[in-house]
Amino acid sequence: MSKHHVSATINGEPAEFLCEPQQTLLDALRDELDLTGSKEGCSSGDCGACSVIVDGRVVCSCLMLAVEAEGRAIETIEGLARGSKLHPLQQKFLEHAALQCGFCTPGLLVAAKALLDRNPNPSETETRYWLAGNLCRCTGYDKVVRAVLDAAAELRGA
Amino acid sequence: MNDVAQQFKWVGTRPIRPDGVPKVTGRALFGADLAMPGMLVGAILRSPHAHARIRSIDTSKAAALPGVKAVVTSADFPEQKFEYVGPERVAMNFWHMTRNIMAREKVLYEGHAVAAVAAISKAVADEALSRISVDYEVLPHVIDVDEAMRPEAPLLFPDMITRGVDPAPTKPSNISKRIEYKLGDLEAGFAAADVIVEMKFKTAPVHQAYIEPHGCVARFDADGQGELWSSSQGHFVVRALTAQLLGMKIGDLRVYPAEIGGGFGGKTVVYIEPVATMLARKSGSPVKIVMSREDVFRASGPTSGSAMTVKIGVKKDGKIVAADGVFKYQAGAFPGSPVMNGCMCAFSPYDIPNARSVGYDVVCNRPKVAAYRAPGSPISAFAVESVLDVVAQKIGMDPLQMRLKNAARAGTQMLYGPKLAHNGYAETIEAILNHPGYKAPLKKNQGRGVASGYWFNAGGESSATVHVNEDGTVVVATGSPDIGGSRASMAIMAAETLGIDYNQVRPIVADTASVGYTHVTGGSRVTFATGIAVVEATKKVINELCARAAMTWKVDAEGVIWEDGHARPASSNVGDFAPLSLKEIAAKRGLTGGPIGAAAAVNPGGVAPGFATQFCDVEVDPETGKVTVLRFVAAQDVGRAIHPSYVEGQIQGGVTQGIGWALNEEYIYTPQGRLDNPGFLDYRIPVASDLPMIEAVLVEVPNPSHPYGAKGVGEVNIVPPMAAIANAIDRAIGRRLTELPMSPPKVLAAIDSGKGT
Repeated sequence: MSKHHVSATINGEPAEFLCEPQQTLLDALRDELDLTGSKEGCSSGDCGACSVIVDGRVVCSCLMLAVEAEGRAIETIEGLARGSKLHPLQQKFLEHAALQCGFCTPGLLVAAKALLDRNPNPSETETRYWLAGNLCRCTGYDKVVRAVLDAAAELRGA
Repeated sequence: MNDVAQQFKWVGTRPIRPDGVPKVTGRALFGADLAMPGMLVGAILRSPHAHARIRSIDTSKAAALPGVKAVVTSADFPEQKFEYVGPERVAMNFWHMTRNIMAREKVLYEGHAVAAVAAISKAVADEALSRISVDYEVLPHVIDVDEAMRPEAPLLFPDMITRGVDPAPTKPSNISKRIEYKLGDLEAGFAAADVIVEMKFKTAPVHQAYIEPHGCVARFDADGQGELWSSSQGHFVVRALTAQLLGMKIGDLRVYPAEIGGGFGGKTVVYIEPVATMLARKSGSPVKIVMSREDVFRASGPTSGSAMTVKIGVKKDGKIVAADGVFKYQAGAFPGSPVMNGCMCAFSPYDIPNARSVGYDVVCNRPKVAAYRAPGSPISAFAVESVLDVVAQKIGMDPLQMRLKNAARAGTQMLYGPKLAHNGYAETIEAILNHPGYKAPLKKNQGRGVASGYWFNAGGESSATVHVNEDGTVVVATGSPDIGGSRASMAIMAAETLGIDYNQVRPIVADTASVGYTHVTGGSRVTFATGIAVVEATKKVINELCARAAMTWKVDAEGVIWEDGHARPASSNVGDFAPLSLKEIAAKRGLTGGPIGAAAAVNPGGVAPGFATQFCDVEVDPETGKVTVLRFVAAQDVGRAIHPSYVEGQIQGGVTQGIGWALNEEYIYTPQGRLDNPGFLDYRIPVASDLPMIEAVLVEVPNPSHPYGAKGVGEVNIVPPMAAIANAIDRAIGRRLTELPMSPPKVLAAIDSGKGT
């Protein structure tokens, strides 16, 4: 089976890769592009650990075929910081101790960024429902929600 | 705590964790993130049957497939001796373990590994698995614990004679072990009671449900040396178990700790590591195995489902005079449920003069259970703490006041032998009694429930090394995988002891060849035991720093003390020397004797148990039976919080897992014994929108056996929630639920039937 050539924009940079037709975007990110920040927790779209932003929408990259990335703009956890400067969400996750094992953290951060991109002033309830597709087994979400609300406040003030 | 703030510079503060940035940028490497040149993909063939005899396995067609580099079955692993080793509470039997990682005579659960391949790609590996033919003779299976105990139940092991029964039974059964603890005179105790309540309970099996599936990479060289990168709660234990299962010398295997994406007890054992190592040995290439989520649910350690009966007798004034419990726990396919823990913890929060707990460890056709957060205790506590609530209602007493009246304190005789050595329980009750929310009014269909819990906590073997760099920065290496911020607490304790800035300390988790033996990150032991190792190594370094200063000053070493990060003369008699900072001493280390570092290896006593008391408010929807948790307040005696944020996080996480256990989570089996919900869609753990904020109340009764007063904090928080929620439901709608999970259909059925299930 021949591989497909895919051109996309990943974290603002042009990127090209070859993939199998059945390969998911998650597999391509991790195995072809060495972007292992997106995690596989379930491969069925239930845990959100593989969340990426595709053309402004948050998606589970395990549910999208890699070939579907052709021509699209994809943001992954690796693109959240600007060089060595952390995004306010990343900084607030650290300050609030919003991670324990850290495995779900990339997905939560990507999903939270997508939330704040469209709603700079979410309520606690809106935040909880937006993040309901991102499973975390360690934290009970308390500090995660606080970190997102605090980051939103900081971004509004900036 | 104000006095703590004054007493300590770093202990009790909330600095950013040293391993934090890689975890928010996606750069931290977990088990599945490692890759090596020439690495093969390993895949495991798993049983479709709950119980079957393996007549034969034909792997020839798989081995012949181009791209397949190795095929492994149980025939490749050496047979192990049938023998229970280690302390009874956590005994292991390698005869069982080798059969669990790769089935031999029989498959004992759906998902049981039967063969494995290593191939050049996942597609080839999957194709190879489909070409392995296994001839099964399907056998009747049994899953429910009560059914498994029946004399006519299908037997998993035809020669299993119940241990702990005298005289030994003459017939085999699925009951691996019976245990019993007794204190006082049970009959007289119940005779003296004014009110006696006896109830039966069932709990569903649940999974630890860490988000990271098990993952590892193994390499094996022609000289017999192996290396493993593994996401586990204890790489030294992974090394020991893998070496034993492969018949290797421990010194020939080096295990590196990957970052671990949650474990909760489930990553204290091995599944894929011995298989990957064997595939690497046979193929000569590195092999990576990553479990799928389905594999995790079907084949890795859930905890027990159970059936229990608990009877408690009290005087009218609330004094408990007798308690009796029978606890039957599923072990899964091989013996070793946490029922002994369940029996030991069940009544331990209380001073009860007459008590008994009886436990049965029962095998059944489910994956062998693995530890899950305070293993065994949440199950028995659900029964005990529910009965206590009924008792309190019958005598018209506040359930917390009743607990306070009976609270175990230092010196209380415990059912399982020792006297309780530490206070802390009563303080957690008082913390909840004094919480303003405990008296807040409730609305219709809302109820407030309380419950308490006990967990041993653990000490155990730990090692640490501390090295001073030439610029005065410090590296602290331990053998404890960091699951929830322990590197931060190690750095805090080292910085506090040295009197230097937290950010001058770099804590790492070292591999099995780079630091001394360290037992698993489990039993809430790391901040206690590994923390003691870090502080001891740091103190040795301080002695060395003082000696270097003495050498510089040409005085006796005894004449130098360490204070606030500096060597100082112990008194003016020693001489008038300006204090030397750590940095100044480090800069001159070459002239004063060379590198400065020390190691410590400990197996500390003085473990203090964990106590928790919690209340929650719930609202029951009478139309659907759905239970919503409105408020959850969890008090816990933490000894002293080294990094309070991560202590709160442990409590919030444990409570949330308890909420899932209480309301949603369960293994559902088909009539054929196949797991019907091996994914996160149908095995529903709590999501953000299910929950309120979880309020953690840190009660600090310092542990005198730890240099900074720490007690284990990771586990006891999961013990009370199931009963607290059941008690809240009962007080909301007048229905007593005695089966977990208390999912909407069960709650609705209870409402409709007019009584509890």
